[in-house]
Amino acid sequence: MSVPIIVLDGVSKRFVRPLDLAARAAGLVGLGPGSTFVQAVDKVDLAVTPGEVVGLVGESGCGKSTLGRIIAGIAAPSDGRVSFRGHDVYRADGEANGDAALKIQMIFQDPMGSLNPRRRVTDIVGEAPVVHGVVARAERNDYVEMLLARVGLEPSYRSRFPHQLSGGQRARIGIARALAVKPDFLVCDEPIAALDVSIQAQVLNLFMQLQRDLGLTYLFISHDLGVVEHMSDRIVIMYLGRVVEVASTEDLFRAPNHPYTQALLADRPKLDTAKRRFKPIAGEIPSPANPPAGCHFHPRCPAAMARCRAEQPALKPIADGRLSACHLND
Amino acid sequence: MATVLQITDLETHVATRDGAVKAVDGVSLTVEEGELVGLVGESGCGKTMTALSIAGLIDVPARIVGGSIRFDGAELVGCPEETLRAYRGLKLAMIFQNPMTSLNPVLRIDTQMIEAITAHQRISRRAARARALAALAAVGIAAPGERLDAYPHHLSGGMRQRVCIAIALLHAPRLLIADEPTTALDVTIQSQILAAVQALCADTGTALIWITHDLAVVAGLADRVAVMYAGRIVENGPVDQVLTRPLHPYTRGLIGSVPSQQQRGAMLMQIPGMPPGLINRPPGCAFAPRCPRSDAACTAEPEMATYAPRRAARCWHPHVDVEPAT
Repeated sequence: MSVPIIVLDGVSKRFVRPLDLAARAAGLVGLGPGSTFVQAVDKVDLAVTPGEVVGLVGESGCGKSTLGRIIAGIAAPSDGRVSFRGHDVYRADGEANGDAALKIQMIFQDPMGSLNPRRRVTDIVGEAPVVHGVVARAERNDYVEMLLARVGLEPSYRSRFPHQLSGGQRARIGIARALAVKPDFLVCDEPIAALDVSIQAQVLNLFMQLQRDLGLTYLFISHDLGVVEHMSDRIVIMYLGRVVEVASTEDLFRAPNHPYTQALLADRPKLDTAKRRFKPIAGEIPSPANPPAGCHFHPRCPAAMARCRAEQPALKPIADGRLSACHLND
Repeated sequence: MATVLQITDLETHVATRDGAVKAVDGVSLTVEEGELVGLVGESGCGKTMTALSIAGLIDVPARIVGGSIRFDGAELVGCPEETLRAYRGLKLAMIFQNPMTSLNPVLRIDTQMIEAITAHQRISRRAARARALAALAAVGIAAPGERLDAYPHHLSGGMRQRVCIAIALLHAPRLLIADEPTTALDVTIQSQILAAVQALCADTGTALIWITHDLAVVAGLADRVAVMYAGRIVENGPVDQVLTRPLHPYTRGLIGSVPSQQQRGAMLMQIPGMPPGLINRPPGCAFAPRCPRSDAACTAEPEMATYAPRRAARCWHPHVDVEPAT
């Protein structure tokens, strides 16, 4: 295995809800509640090798977007280290480390919300490469046109505003903006969830084309297992802030190990399943502010035992290149 | 089997400054008793406007300008609002995409459910509350007694959608229209909702129109699927046949766009271009500019033609050649 491009070492993120005045006053005299926090990401270790596409799958609130933002240098982790080619992505003060962070770019879910509505495409795409010295100011327009061609847009789109573009075109602008600073690693946070089915296929094809042409490495975040299966070499499954299973795409879809993965695969609507009885997994997704003790999945797990309610299962190797966090493997 | 709903050449237009948007442009669709029909299409293809037209929820600037909707033997187009009110909730129910905006945020669940019951039935509050309790239990809500006293914001998205389904099915309607009810929900919760709707429709004999952009959901749920494009139904047939041997090039393109169908990492069979605007649409097949099979014939509007029992498509060059001989 080659040298990893991204290494996460025990990365955690807590969001603390600040206490209001009354609660702080009560706290002073030792009465009030302590501060409440959400453990969005809980001690995640991950290494990504260059040229790999890693799919990150989970339901809403599982921390997959937060993990993506931590890797992209947007949200400093509460604990742990993120390193890119051996360099820390965050400095000691929690700010992103410029050189490493520049090589990691992010593509966001909402193509309208992530583009400045008052700026033209040429400014949106062309600003960062000039600021970071990737191209000279004089060459900016040519560079923007080259990027637009790369993502499949006419040069004339240069002077448009985001509201003059369709959803698929906005997604392409978001990709062009990320590519403008010549990144090595792209964090794609549900990049096609807001698009129509026929446009989704166009954008997925673009992602695959770019990866082949530019040798990019992707972290591909999605709740859609079909998309992740198609795109990824390796898949990471998260549930309530914890990684519960890591496996190559073939292994995961052939023999899912964790009961949660099994449930996700069974519940996935597929084209080739003719009319059937849906046999869903019971229960709601618990609130990440108040997760169940032990294994977070035990209240919904068909195989839960007494041990699952008390003890958190460790993420352990179960085969070559496969990890799973489940007591059933012992 | 009796026919619950028969739509013929329905046209619903929306008036805008730039002219009339032909949101629904000649839709014909029949739903039999107890049948589960999937209505599939991309955003802006008119599937929601079709649903709202059936439920009589079209308001200015939109207007039904032509066609007929026969529901349970009665004509709905042009009938007075009181008649529609008597149908809605009793014989014809609808669930919407966003369960937060379809429940009243300042009323408790029991208030909303009891109101829905007493609107159509003379029944005591106590009996109505018991009915509401049973309805919540039937859609798989744990501790329904506590949930009755809750406000919508106390409930999760999946739970709210269950409440909406429970309200919709209170009077065992003849037809339930579901407009992308699981799009906002997680995969495991979506599966729970699908299971609940499937079981309840089977129990009450309710026919279902399930509107979605996700072909995979329809594959597991529906008996029949209708594919819409640019305000028209372009293909209609039993779900297994449409998904395995699509007639219309658009249906074929949609299926090809679903990643799980193909070799991992291979380029997806994408449809080029994007859906057309619905103002001043040129004559002919709306899909022609994106279609690999289009030629001179496609400048004329194709009619819906029947190719096999219960199978129809609106295309000059359907994929009939891939139909097996058997």
